Order: sequence, then C-alpha cells, then structure tokens
Amino acid sequence: MTALTLQAPAPEQTVAPAVRLEGVTKRFGAVLALDGIDLDVQPGEFVCLVGASGCGKSTLLNLVSRLDKPSTGTVEVAGRATLMFQEAALFPWLSALDNVAMPMRLAGVERSTRESAALDLLDAVQLREFASKRPHELSGGMRQRVALARTLGTAAPVLLMDEPFGALDAMTRDLLHDELESIWATRGLTVIFVTHNVREAVRLGDRVVLLSSRPGRVVEEWRVDAPRPRRIEDPAVSALSGRILTALRAEVARHGR
Amino acid sequence: MAVDTTTGTSTGTASRASEVHAQLRGLDSLDAADGAPRGRRLWEAAWPKLAAAGLALLAWQGVVWSGWKPSYLLPGPGPVLAELGRQGTTPEFWTAIGITMTRGLVGFAISAVVGLALGVVVAKSKVLRSAIGSMITGLQTMPSIAWFPLAILLFQLSEQAILFVILIGAVPSIANGVITGVDYVPGLLVRAGRNLGARGLALYRHVVLPAALPSITSGLKQGWAFAWRSLLAGELLVAIANRPSLGVFLTQSRELQDTTYMIALMITILVIGIAVDAVFAAVDRGIRARRGVATR
Repeated sequence: MTALTLQAPAPEQTVAPAVRLEGVTKRFGAVLALDGIDLDVQPGEFVCLVGASGCGKSTLLNLVSRLDKPSTGTVEVAGRATLMFQEAALFPWLSALDNVAMPMRLAGVERSTRESAALDLLDAVQLREFASKRPHELSGGMRQRVALARTLGTAAPVLLMDEPFGALDAMTRDLLHDELESIWATRGLTVIFVTHNVREAVRLGDRVVLLSSRPGRVVEEWRVDAPRPRRIEDPAVSALSGRILTALRAEVARHGR
Repeated sequence: MAVDTTTGTSTGTASRASEVHAQLRGLDSLDAADGAPRGRRLWEAAWPKLAAAGLALLAWQGVVWSGWKPSYLLPGPGPVLAELGRQGTTPEFWTAIGITMTRGLVGFAISAVVGLALGVVVAKSKVLRSAIGSMITGLQTMPSIAWFPLAILLFQLSEQAILFVILIGAVPSIANGVITGVDYVPGLLVRAGRNLGARGLALYRHVVLPAALPSITSGLKQGWAFAWRSLLAGELLVAIANRPSLGVFLTQSRELQDTTYMIALMITILVIGIAVDAVFAAVDRGIRARRGVATR
C-alpha cells in the first residue's frame, strides 16, 4: 500500500452529527458483515462510501435507514433518513406525479397540497412535463430522477443512496451528478452515497470512505478539496481517484492471498 | 448553447446549471416513448374470432349434411339459430337469463368479497398459510359438482344450495389469486414502500395489493369461470318451482327431446360466458397496459 494517508481533519464543529455510527457490528448468521464501524457524518456533508463487493455498504445503509438493526453498537440519525436504490423501484401502477406524492400521501398530506408539492419536486429534477407519464414510459435516467424526487418528498434531511446511478450510461450519469450536486447544495441535505465507482465518489463527495470487505471495516478516508462544481474529468478528481483506487486494489488483493 | 442570464454573482455555476438542464431535456425528449398508433385494432381483434365462429358453424353443418344422426336429433345451425331468434322474442327466455345471471353475479360478488378477504388474511399470516394454504388449493381442484349432494341435504332444493356451491367453487380461486399475487410482489417495491413510510395496513393498501393486482384479476376471472360452471350444474340438479332458469330449460328440453331448443340454450350459455370473459380480458389488458407489461 502506498503512503497516502490524507486523513480528513476532524472539523472543529460543535454541531451534533447528522448520522453517527459507533462500534456498529452486523452479523448475518455466521457471517460478519460489518465490524466495529465508527462513522460521523456532519449535517450537510456529502460522504461517499467505496469498497469492493461484500464490504457491507448496503447493509450499512439499511442500518442507517432503520430497515435493519445492528447486532451491536449504536446508530443515531438526527431526523429521518431515506434510501434510494440502484433501481428506481417506482410503483408501476402510478404516474410519475403520484409516485412522487406517495410519501406525502402516506404521511397524510391532503391531495391538492401533496400534488402541488410533488409537481415542484418534479420541477427540481427537470421532469415537470412528464408528471402524467408512467414509469414504463420513462428512460432509466428519468426514472432515477423521479425516484430522487420521490425520496425528497419524504422531507428527510438525510439521503442514503445505494449505487443510484450504477445502471445508467456515462452521459446520463454525468448529468445526474450535476443535478444531484445542485439539489444537495440548495436543500442542505446530508448524503451518504455508496458506489463502486471511485471517480464518481471523488466527483461528488466532500469525503470518501474506503471500506474493507468481509468483514466491512473503515480502512481509510480522504477529504476531497477540489472546488465545486467539479467535473469527473477534472485533474484533481483524477489524481485523488488514482490514489484511492490504489488503496482499493490493495484491499481487494488482500483477499486473493 | 446555454444563455448566461445571471447578474454576475455566480455566473459560472448558473450557466453550468442551464447547460446541464438543456442536455437533460435533450436526452429526455430522445428517450420519451412514442405512443403506438390506434385504429384498426378492433377489426384486427374481431376478424379471427368471426372467422373461427364461421368455421365452427360450417363444420357443424358438415356433420349434419353427412347424415350421421337424423335431423330431429342433430339439427343444423339454420334451425337452431332460427329457434334462438324465436326465443329471443319471448319474455320467459329473458326471465330465465335474468334469473341465471342474477344468481351468477350475486354468487360471484359474495365469492369475491369472501375470497379477497380470505386471500389477504392467509397471505399475511404465516400460521394461517401453513394451516389452510394447501387446503385452498385442494378445494380449487375439487369439482364443485361433487358438493351438490351435500348442499341439497343441507339446504334442500333452494337458492342457498346453488349459492353454497358457487361459493365453494369460486372462493378458492379468488383467494389463491390474492395469495399468489402477494407472494410475487417484488421485494424491492416493498422495501421502497417501507422506506417511504408505509407500515402495516398502509403498506398493504398502497404497495402490496396494487402490485398484486394483475394476479388478483386473473384469480377473479378464474373464480367467475368456476362460479358459472357451478351455477349451471346447480341449475340442472336444483330445479326450484316458479323459478325458470337456463338450467331448468335445458333439463326440460332434454325431457322433451327438443334438441333444437337445447342447442339454442347452449349457444346462449356459451355467448354469456364469452361476453363475461371479454369484460375480464379488457380489465386485464387495461391494467397491463398502464404498467407497461406487454400484452401477448
């Protein structure tokens, strides 16, 4: 492993973290998926988790979103956290508008209010004119934007994204990076973004956290100082990506022995 | 491409944003699905059916012409259709159809309520599932006519006897449609629903049941087929005084050895069956089209 520890300096804040994991372990039967994870995410911070397969990234998100419980340790979330998946997971029987309005419907918001709010959210992802379309009439990228709008409809301050752009073509993905970055900035969201793609992580994150595989542990983390808005082809992004990739490869190679 | 309209504060960011939006719009309009042209669909759907009906009539006439059976035993399509036309002008015929259809629809409606409720309860509860899940499937395979002797002893020759057998026939299919549908709801949609705040009943109402709807509809369709069969079998066995029905007329025509009338009644029963099936098929097509599931 090359010497490249660029530990994120602990920001001298007194604010309570938006998400705090302390000594989190998750076991599935005999398999230890996560082992002693300590992770603080500050409000408004964009943190990317990278790691090879089996590093428990998705497990970690399930814990933060409370779809699952840790075996030991504590998970604290200030407010609600909602999850976005690699697949849009839209409800195929509902229009884009009704999909986006669903979390508000579940929260008991009355029809006219939730529909105009949903239209505003569709506007935020540039899909206002597709409000009446059903998911099957939209492309993969559009569906993922509807899913993002729907997630925003929960009004949760913490957004958890599980490889949300993994299944998209490169051009669409680049555009959605820009779109996500601006939504994150204007809404002051806290984002935990899981990806296999190191460049994507550096393009988007304030901080990139590398997890080891089986069991998942925090190996190393890097603060991304390149100014925003970034592009995936920026030299600063490439340089840091290269260093992180080297560390990731070393981590993967460890399993080959 | 992007027009810079900002007032100088964050010019770079703003033009970047409008550039991104312009590109997104471009991709979106390229991606937007085109609606398939309509028209001619009705004719395209109708002509094979008409042709098939014509061929069937022709084959029937061929058998009659071959002289296999004397014409008073096996009349050709001509006399039968003429008889059907004549019956169509008598009020008794329509009363009988009315009584039969009312029994069918009432029986089906009750079966639907019972079957849907049973299906939801069994699908939700693991204990109930292992207790009566396989029994429901077993009931479904049991010919409902086998229930008639018991029904007649329990309810005598009455409407209740017929209703009982309709329920026994239709409820398991409908319940099974719900159970299968719930089983095949993609786990991802359930996770998405829970993640958006749906719990317990709300999860069922807003996610699980809508997702299971195609299977529920096919369960209902199958339930109707069972109800209709049970009903006709019941009307042959359970003749109730002063209650003319298609089944009763069918029995009478056999006693009078009036095959022309009998086949006219059979065609009526067939046509009703096809018409109801067409309704279910239209509902099913509508559901699939809305979800983008290709039909055929």
